[in-house]
Amino acid sequence: MELLSGAEMVVRSLRDEGVKYIYGYPGGALLHIYDALFKEPEVTHILVRHEQAATHMADGYARATGKAGVVLVTSGPGATNAITGIATAYMDSIPMVVLSGQVPSRMVGTDAFQETDMVGISRPIVKHSFIIKHPSEIPEVMKKAFYIAQSGRPGPVVVDIPKDMTNPAEKFEYSYPKKAKLRSYNPATRGHSGQIRKAVEMILAAKRPILYSGGGVIMGNASAQLTELAKLLNLPVTNTLMGLGAFPGGDRQFVGMLGMHGSYTANLAMHHSDVILAVGARFDDRVINGETAAKFCPNAKIIHIDIDPASISKTVKADIPIVGPVDSVLTEMVAILKEMGETPNKDTVGQWWKQIDEWRGEGRLFPYNEGDGSIIKPQAVIETLWEVTKGDAFVSSDVGQHQMFAAQYYRFNKPNRWINSGGLGTMGFGLPSAMGVKLNFPDDDVACVTGEGSIQMNIQELSTCLQYDLPVKIINLNNGALGMVRQWQDMQYSSRYSHSYMESLPDFVKLAESYGHVGMRITDLKDLKPKMEEAFALKNRLVFLDIAVDTSEHVYPMQIREGAMRDMWLSKTERT
Amino acid sequence: MRHIISLLLENEPGALSRVVGLFSQRNYNIESLTVAPTEDPTLSRLTLTTVGHDDVIEQITKNLNKLIEVVKLVNLSESAHIERELMLVKVKATGAQRAEVKRTTDIFRGQIVDVTSSVYTIQLAGTSDKLDSFIQAIGTASILETVRSGVTGIARGDKVLSV
Repeated sequence: MELLSGAEMVVRSLRDEGVKYIYGYPGGALLHIYDALFKEPEVTHILVRHEQAATHMADGYARATGKAGVVLVTSGPGATNAITGIATAYMDSIPMVVLSGQVPSRMVGTDAFQETDMVGISRPIVKHSFIIKHPSEIPEVMKKAFYIAQSGRPGPVVVDIPKDMTNPAEKFEYSYPKKAKLRSYNPATRGHSGQIRKAVEMILAAKRPILYSGGGVIMGNASAQLTELAKLLNLPVTNTLMGLGAFPGGDRQFVGMLGMHGSYTANLAMHHSDVILAVGARFDDRVINGETAAKFCPNAKIIHIDIDPASISKTVKADIPIVGPVDSVLTEMVAILKEMGETPNKDTVGQWWKQIDEWRGEGRLFPYNEGDGSIIKPQAVIETLWEVTKGDAFVSSDVGQHQMFAAQYYRFNKPNRWINSGGLGTMGFGLPSAMGVKLNFPDDDVACVTGEGSIQMNIQELSTCLQYDLPVKIINLNNGALGMVRQWQDMQYSSRYSHSYMESLPDFVKLAESYGHVGMRITDLKDLKPKMEEAFALKNRLVFLDIAVDTSEHVYPMQIREGAMRDMWLSKTERT
Repeated sequence: MRHIISLLLENEPGALSRVVGLFSQRNYNIESLTVAPTEDPTLSRLTLTTVGHDDVIEQITKNLNKLIEVVKLVNLSESAHIERELMLVKVKATGAQRAEVKRTTDIFRGQIVDVTSSVYTIQLAGTSDKLDSFIQAIGTASILETVRSGVTGIARGDKVLSV
């Protein structure tokens, strides 16, 4: 057996786990590890400009691939800067392993320089955490960390490593375990067959069924099975913000995203449904329109499939709960359906679709006023982005109106292409997560849809993009205001714009140029498409498209709080 | 309704803070909590009492089960069980009160475990209700200090909580 120091074990474990890139920032507590990293050719470290960006880069990679992203941060401020990114991953069930440096173990608890209780601070926002007590534990802990992060309902795992555990002078036997041994952690490997059969029967008997799927289908790698089932049953499909792309956005059966800013069709179809097949979704308050489910889909029976038992009957009581991995449960549903040889009643399904098509109408799924033809509507920017990238780009977003426009108008046809902070709603997520994707998918188009507020929360990463040659395209919907905040102020605070606009925005074109990139400003609608095409044609350059969009636009529909799914504002003046 | 939830926990540093943290993080109630190692040094047994509607209790048990260090869990209140709590209480014992306190202690099958000229220290074990009744019978005016262990419990019959 090989003798390695703790620092070398950390790095070697990463290599043996098949990790290609890690994202981090060095500091005192990590110097032994960084020295070991210097000598390891297989693991490439990306030096960010702020630790939050390291977590978002790892997160972007994880969302695009389903594998854990790896972060390396130092003790104290390095660790606390990573917290927002860990919470972001936790809320969206994204696999991530965060290695944090710690002061030497004999100094823990003495308020030493750059000491912080990382395990304590991160406790509510991690799936699990470890603190290394002896260097020889490192391979086993690393194996467990990756296993926990990536299995069951995924999530971030923190491994806190006191500096003395990585002392290069002390060497121990190293072997990387093939399997993690954990007696108290056994995520479900399949669903209950009796329950699955009951679910199939319930859907077959339904008059107005709907399939509502979430991020669990993306992370559970079950998009193909979901699509097959939906096709077999001719079900209308709605996706949550996290679930976009699990079912092809351009398909006739897709009725759009649901929830607060969901489509008129999706929210009405949900409200009037009699059976809801919920797959890998958690009935979030922004989906069910309120803190309680009092008015939620009054006639619907609920079938709920989820890997996490605690997600079932949390806010909405399930009539048929099924705990299990969504891919295996959906596969079993398809098999049962084929074995039964039954299909839903054509007339009943036909009537339901007739009703849905009536709600949907002829035009856009999300109608908007196109304006006078010169002013640029933010919705048009996303539609143009879709055309220019042929609907096949990875699209990350920040948080706010632009995020909702991206979700509504970029019709994702594939899973893992939509990279956004759904649960935590983290501004500053867009650029670094796009970078994480681009690094791992250098031949694909990667766009970051953002706003002038969000982009400034991690704009320093333009520097990282230059260093590592990450030519993402930044689509900045610049309305000179914190659009979503202002929308609420318009709707609920008589347009008193308390601190929702910025008076001294930088010249984003010059800013991009000063970081060594290409900047373009677009103010007229006729320039939108040609400039965007030009930007995407510059394959090897990061292009910052600063687009002046209509400053008064709102995101619609918008559900009326504490109402039913069908209660929505459809424009500034119309409501259901 | 009040529930007694008992669990086997990996005997590792930080495990307890995860259990306690879960309760504050998710706005659940803890009325009492007691924890100690078992005959297997790798495991601790933790018993807690909590109050809530059935759906909240269901979420509590599900979320506790999700903690990696929770090996096994049982809601003792769902079936026949034995519940015990230990109380030590210091009571003023002077004059006529001295005999009265002794008599009440005997009725509750407690023991006087320490004596001074003016104070009795009484030990009493039983259900929480019984301990509450004792305090009521003695009267809070004569009580100088109370310490209670928190509820612990075990299922009746053959049912065991073990790995």
